[in-house]
Amino acid sequence: MSGLRPGDILLLLAGLALVAGLLLRAPATADRVVIQQAGQTFLETSLRLDRVIAVPGPLGTTEVEIKSGRVRVKADPSPRQLCVQQGWLKAGEAAVCLPNRVSVQLGRAAYDSLNY
Amino acid sequence: MTASIIELKASLEDRRIAALAAAGIGLTLAEAAIPLPIPGLKPGLANIVTLLVLYRYGWRLAAWVALLRIVAGALFLGSFLTPTFALSLAGGLASLLILAGAARLPQTWFGPVGLSLLAAFGHIGAQLLLVDVWLMPGVSLIGLLPLFLGAAWVTGLINGLIVARLMQAPQPESRQTVTA
Repeated sequence: MSGLRPGDILLLLAGLALVAGLLLRAPATADRVVIQQAGQTFLETSLRLDRVIAVPGPLGTTEVEIKSGRVRVKADPSPRQLCVQQGWLKAGEAAVCLPNRVSVQLGRAAYDSLNY
Repeated sequence: MTASIIELKASLEDRRIAALAAAGIGLTLAEAAIPLPIPGLKPGLANIVTLLVLYRYGWRLAAWVALLRIVAGALFLGSFLTPTFALSLAGGLASLLILAGAARLPQTWFGPVGLSLLAAFGHIGAQLLLVDVWLMPGVSLIGLLPLFLGAAWVTGLINGLIVARLMQAPQPESRQTVTA
């Protein structure tokens, strides 16, 4: 009557595999891109359509590129180019081009209590 | 005028069920006092009692003890007939059903840890299903699955190991003293 029997170990491994599998394929359901300009929502869109969006700001035009389900700031007039160097955004990330007052946020469609 | 006396005959089995359910309720209350970061993540210590009863006295008594514990525990915590209670009942029923099947598995292969794990997965599975279809329809819970199933894996393993350990202890009858 020891603690662990062969079937138990098989069940434990199966459970672990299930959890690991779910964890690995947990869909990064981030598909909403929110572009803000000077604190106002400039455009809210999905990742499905490839395009380059020109966002006007005080320094010039910030170009946001959406390509094959990813989004990045392609070009920006800001002096330090921080948001451009950030590259493609991961789920939940945001690129902020502060001098030009443009931010690009990649998130999931927002659910709140008003949805029910 | 004669006083009417209602006498309830409590059999040995009744007393046993009551005592074991009380143990489960005690664990439920103790567990409710532990602050936990996410609602729904609980160690499920009362399931230790259910599993022990299953091994010692069979499935029927385990079902009695578990269901009494769920109802009485909810009365104590003030959550009777609330969604919390519904979730607790759904989890309890699912794990009892799974244990009914799992108890028939060959004992040389499957011990308390395996049964505990299956029960834990059944428990959280039924609860997530209830949340999905009734409490929060339309919200995708799939992102939460790894978290809750992972927690069920850990608690199932730990509770199972505790049961295995307790089963090596002497049977309570041999050291019980008659008090009533």
